[in-house]
Amino acid sequence: MPALPLGDAGPYVVAAYLVFLALVLVYVAIMAAKLGRVEREIGELAELAERRAEERRLDGSAAAGAASPASAEAGASR
Amino acid sequence: MRDANFSRGLVPLSIGSVVLLVGGFAMVFLYAPNDADQGFVQKIFYLHVPLAIVALCGFVAGGIYGIRFLRSGDRVHDLRSYVAIHISLILAVGALVTGSIWAKASWGQWWVWEEPTLVSFLIVFLLYACYQPLRFSIEDPERQARYAAVFAVVGGVFVPLNFIAVRAAESLIHPRVLSTTGGSMPGSMRLTFLIALAGMAVLFVTLNKYELTSKRASFQLRALRRRLAGDDDGWVPVRRSAAPQL
Repeated sequence: MPALPLGDAGPYVVAAYLVFLALVLVYVAIMAAKLGRVEREIGELAELAERRAEERRLDGSAAAGAASPASAEAGASR
Repeated sequence: MRDANFSRGLVPLSIGSVVLLVGGFAMVFLYAPNDADQGFVQKIFYLHVPLAIVALCGFVAGGIYGIRFLRSGDRVHDLRSYVAIHISLILAVGALVTGSIWAKASWGQWWVWEEPTLVSFLIVFLLYACYQPLRFSIEDPERQARYAAVFAVVGGVFVPLNFIAVRAAESLIHPRVLSTTGGSMPGSMRLTFLIALAGMAVLFVTLNKYELTSKRASFQLRALRRRLAGDDDGWVPVRRSAAPQL
């Protein structure tokens, strides 16, 4: 086949390079979606850790509250 | 798993791939002359051939990591093999589509079944397209990794054999411009091609590192979630997946 003139060959060349660009962009979009998921999961984990810390703090203060009347009673009986 | 740091060098690699690819493609249109035989449409060569070469090298790299996994049992090699094949498949799709566009412009047909180079590349692509379904079909992660490594090794050996067989074939429409004797490319075309090839190779390494870093982050998150949930006594898969479980 004879060589295509520039006007006819141009769209093919542009299409080929656009295919490559599209592939890279789709990959970047998929990576961005994955990054978004990781970010969301980190947020959930941070929330979970915060809730755990809060529960532990509440448990600690409740235990301290329960311990102080008992020690007062013990002192009175002595 | 060893304590692998996949993200090391990611920034310079990203910059390097952008510089090399943009520079290479600028040279394609501003520096390299039009081909005397094919004219302007030959510019696809600087994209299509690096895509195909890097994809095939990536498949071979997947096989090499497969061997390393089988020798050491270290899951990180399984992950590297998986990611190399995954990225190579993406590049192979690019090579097939750009090749098809070039074929239409050059030969007047989207695909030529009599052409050994095209058909052999399609066979390699279809072979590796089975890699992910194979992994997904095996539930036990240990067996999954072992079978996938064997597949990657066999496929990795098949790629150069296939290449040699095609080179030895008689009926070729594909021009042979790259050879050990220097080929038929003038210096400016050769330099442009080499820069485009280097850019594609660096892009492959960069995407590999991105994928490995992303996978590692996911594994670490999953482990953290298990620890926070109080389930850190043993490995428990979250859901069935084709991706390696570290």
